[in-house]
Amino acid sequence: MIAIAIVRTKDLLAVVMLTGIYGLLSASFFVVLDAVDVAFTEASVGAGISGLLMLAAITMTGRAEAPKRHKPLLALLVVFITGGMLIYGTLDMPYFGSFEAPVHQHVAPRYINDSMQEVGVPNIVTSVLASYRAFDTLGEVAVIFTAGIGVLSLLSLPRRRRSSELDESSEDSTEKQMHEQHMVLRIISKILIPFILLFALYVQFHGDFGPGGGFQAGVIFAAAIILYAMLFGLDKARRVFNQSLIQLIAAIGLLLYASVGVVSLFNGGNFLDYNVLADDPLAGQHLGILLIELGVGCTVAAVMIIIFFNFAGRREAQQSSPELNATEQNSPELINSTEQKGGE
Amino acid sequence: MLLGLYNYWIVVLLMMIGFYIVIAHGNLIKKLVGLTIFQTSVFIFYISMGNVDSGSAPILAEGVARYSNPLPHVLILTAIVVGIATTALGLALVVRIKESYGSIEEDEIQIQDQLTEDKTSC
Repeated sequence: MIAIAIVRTKDLLAVVMLTGIYGLLSASFFVVLDAVDVAFTEASVGAGISGLLMLAAITMTGRAEAPKRHKPLLALLVVFITGGMLIYGTLDMPYFGSFEAPVHQHVAPRYINDSMQEVGVPNIVTSVLASYRAFDTLGEVAVIFTAGIGVLSLLSLPRRRRSSELDESSEDSTEKQMHEQHMVLRIISKILIPFILLFALYVQFHGDFGPGGGFQAGVIFAAAIILYAMLFGLDKARRVFNQSLIQLIAAIGLLLYASVGVVSLFNGGNFLDYNVLADDPLAGQHLGILLIELGVGCTVAAVMIIIFFNFAGRREAQQSSPELNATEQNSPELINSTEQKGGE
Repeated sequence: MLLGLYNYWIVVLLMMIGFYIVIAHGNLIKKLVGLTIFQTSVFIFYISMGNVDSGSAPILAEGVARYSNPLPHVLILTAIVVGIATTALGLALVVRIKESYGSIEEDEIQIQDQLTEDKTSC
């Protein structure tokens, strides 16, 4: 339903809000389908960060969508034909929830039955993510890192402009305005942010036993920093996490991950084979998973912060004032979504 | 018993909505939203395939006989985060396009491109 509303709505701001709701809904859908780890990620990414980034982009590009000039009939036709063919294709698929489906026959039983002996981590998702398919995950972290670099190269500003133009009057006035307008928000978020950070760390290090892990923790950590940056001004947040520091953290995370693999090579195992990291294979697995989850968490958090800072810094540089109000109105929404994240 | 396939139909429906947005709308941000919906439909497809009747979340515990398949969860978990990173890259591109063209509507950009091409050829 919400997806259809997204099609119809012309106002991009409303579209972004709907996307947030859509993300949260699909997160709860994943909970129903027993995929708690995925739901966790979707709740923090789909309902939090993605909406935020789209908002930041909209403030720079304007929120109205131009009316359509060509007939949507052809598009509808193509869509219906493709959809019809896909539905025809599903007729041979196994039924929903059936245990005999081919998906459940190959590697999954081994993960479910043997991962406790081989990896010693109760959360199967973590053991598959960080141990069995660690090489895959390394590639994905590299993709995230590359995306961060891409955003950086597309949106980052020359350094001297940032220092000379932005610390002057316009910045101060908006900040004062925000201070007066959003007293409640600022105080509440001041109380909330330490808990969000703590929760992120819990998710990071408890990922072996419950749902969680580096990816989710990174996103939640970044959400806390972004919340701070939104309410207290970008400059203050930059003072804590300056650009070069977070770039360094992003690189270190990826390097940590890869170097765990190299160390296990030197110790006589395969690349990312943690059994050789310690005398006891299980202890080695634990150490390896802990380290690479840390690497993943560092990279994800740092890249998310880099992306947000660059979007926001770009916007400040443009300083197009009428659009600025749009973001301010939305901050309650964003805090709500963060609270929901904390609640889950 | 065709109703047992309803999860795929939901996926197809969402996928087609996303597809429609991508091909029918000219606004670049709207297109990205459409891509996100398309992406989510693939996520739901994977997760619903991994689901097992009366299964439990794949965290080993005592007294649980059946777990849902952890493999799709792993794939999708990382795909979500990679998805947001690539979406951010797309948004960054859109912002730059807006800066250099002054518009994020596809046809207006095409017209401008056409004009500059004509100028250079003349």
